[in-house]
Amino acid sequence: MQLNQLYQEIILDHYKRPHGRGLRDADDAGDRVAEAHHVNPTCGDEVTVRVATDGTVLHDISYDGMGCSISQASASVLHELLRGRGTGEAFEVHEAFVELMSGRGQVTPDEDVLGDGVAFAGVARYPARVKCALLPWMAFKDAAARAGVGVSPEVKA
Amino acid sequence: MTSIAIPSGMPQYDDAPRFDVARVRADFPILGREVNGHPLVYLDSANTSHKPRQVLDVLDEHYARHNANVSRSVHTLGTEATEAYEGARAKIATFINAPSTDEVVFTKNSTEAINIVAYAFSNASLRPDADPRFRLGPGDEVVISEMEHHSNIVPWQLLCERTGATLRWFPVTDQGRLDESGLEDLVTERTKIVSLVHMSNILGTVNATSRITARVREVGALLLLDCSQSVPHLPIDVVDLDADYIVFTGHKMCGPTGIGVLWGRGELLAAMPPVFGGGSMIETVTMAGSTFAAPPARFEAGTPPIAEAVALGAAVDYLTGIGMRAIQWHEKELTAYALDALGSVPDLRIFGPTVPVGRGGTISFALGDVHPHDVGQVLDSLGVQVRVGHHCAKPVCSRFGVPAMTRASFYLYTTTEEIDALVAGLEQVRKVFD
Repeated sequence: MQLNQLYQEIILDHYKRPHGRGLRDADDAGDRVAEAHHVNPTCGDEVTVRVATDGTVLHDISYDGMGCSISQASASVLHELLRGRGTGEAFEVHEAFVELMSGRGQVTPDEDVLGDGVAFAGVARYPARVKCALLPWMAFKDAAARAGVGVSPEVKA
Repeated sequence: MTSIAIPSGMPQYDDAPRFDVARVRADFPILGREVNGHPLVYLDSANTSHKPRQVLDVLDEHYARHNANVSRSVHTLGTEATEAYEGARAKIATFINAPSTDEVVFTKNSTEAINIVAYAFSNASLRPDADPRFRLGPGDEVVISEMEHHSNIVPWQLLCERTGATLRWFPVTDQGRLDESGLEDLVTERTKIVSLVHMSNILGTVNATSRITARVREVGALLLLDCSQSVPHLPIDVVDLDADYIVFTGHKMCGPTGIGVLWGRGELLAAMPPVFGGGSMIETVTMAGSTFAAPPARFEAGTPPIAEAVALGAAVDYLTGIGMRAIQWHEKELTAYALDALGSVPDLRIFGPTVPVGRGGTISFALGDVHPHDVGQVLDSLGVQVRVGHHCAKPVCSRFGVPAMTRASFYLYTTTEEIDALVAGLEQVRKVFD
């Protein structure tokens, strides 16, 4: 059944038992902390992603939001994948996830890079749901830029 | 089992006008298709309705046989096209019992129709010689409700920003009805226009407007009713309604997209300044200035959606042929059936009236904590098409404390079997997300 490709067990698991949910203050007082709030205007879903970083390592990625299983599971996977990573590495993962979601189901994901994120490969076949999956990732990108660690070289701290 | 007989002399159940739904369905080619391997179950008619063969044929025939621009040609095709376009206007005027055909202004949709009224107010507010009924400034008020579609909120917010007027609104009760308890304080001598939804696109509520109309008349304000959801489903008589303007859109009433209607009382339309400038809306043009045509032409600048208007005329013929009373009754029975059926689904919460009285066949609900997107996705995999999201009525979602809702909406071609398919689909949703 097609539906199983969309609602992979991994996605439903992250949705029902989200990892690292809730906005947190930085453990290290020296960290820069910034957040971004993104909404999907077509459905009203929203997510806030907060980044705590010293400029080289993403010490914490915390989040809160309201939305469908895809958007909320995606935030959980984002937290799981990028928390504690170096910024350069994190942005490689970010790029791979965006590429996967923009691939209309034609991109084969690399599990070594994307971990549980590979479960979203099926979502890419549903154009109406791609935005849901990307919502936390776009919020993360903005939050990171505000914390001084940009995705693209020109905004890198 | 005992049966209760309705006393003779009273209206009997079988007296209600009815039609053969199977025969109606056969008129709609799209209803024969499959979705994801299942027969199509279309429960999204409040979003847009399907089109019967009779309307599609007229659209096709217009382009194949009568295509020409309107109101500017002496040739035969131009005359035929103009007659068809104006003929459609006359059909629509009859359909809503407008006192004059000239009171029917063709627009792109309801949104454009509301914006035309709002911008006419705006333009009048800039001209000291304009009719004072349309002039707005600080201290004046515009009244809407919390139940509106965004298209009946944003144009008025923008108008108030431009003019310094204040926007106020009726709240909504827990039952999803308009809260009229503050009517006297809300609609006052400061009010210039009250713009309300006739039937809510999200709660299904049909607003009883007579008390509000009486108050609007008392204070000398104007009343606009957004009838986008009511004109397709109920018999509408603008004289009975006693509004100053109504707006509706063709694609929700078996017509094509790109065509809508602004109806206004003739005397009001004649007093309103133009909004869009261009061809067809003028009386004469010199380099120094222009004078303007009488309504409805004054508000129809440029080449209008001709084929769409003609096809909307065909849609009105189609609906009239079946009978609006019969359509209303069919949907009332469906709504009663659906409210009962949905009531049997565990953990399902209906937003809006839960009795089939003072409401239409549009039902929004929540299924436990499952997000509407997920509900809609699972239903789609079973061929069931519902709308999910905020339905362009975010204040209603906020009022009921949810970011989004799932909505099933019915029309003349909807069957009770389709409602059963919805209920069965919701069981499937519960299985995936339990």
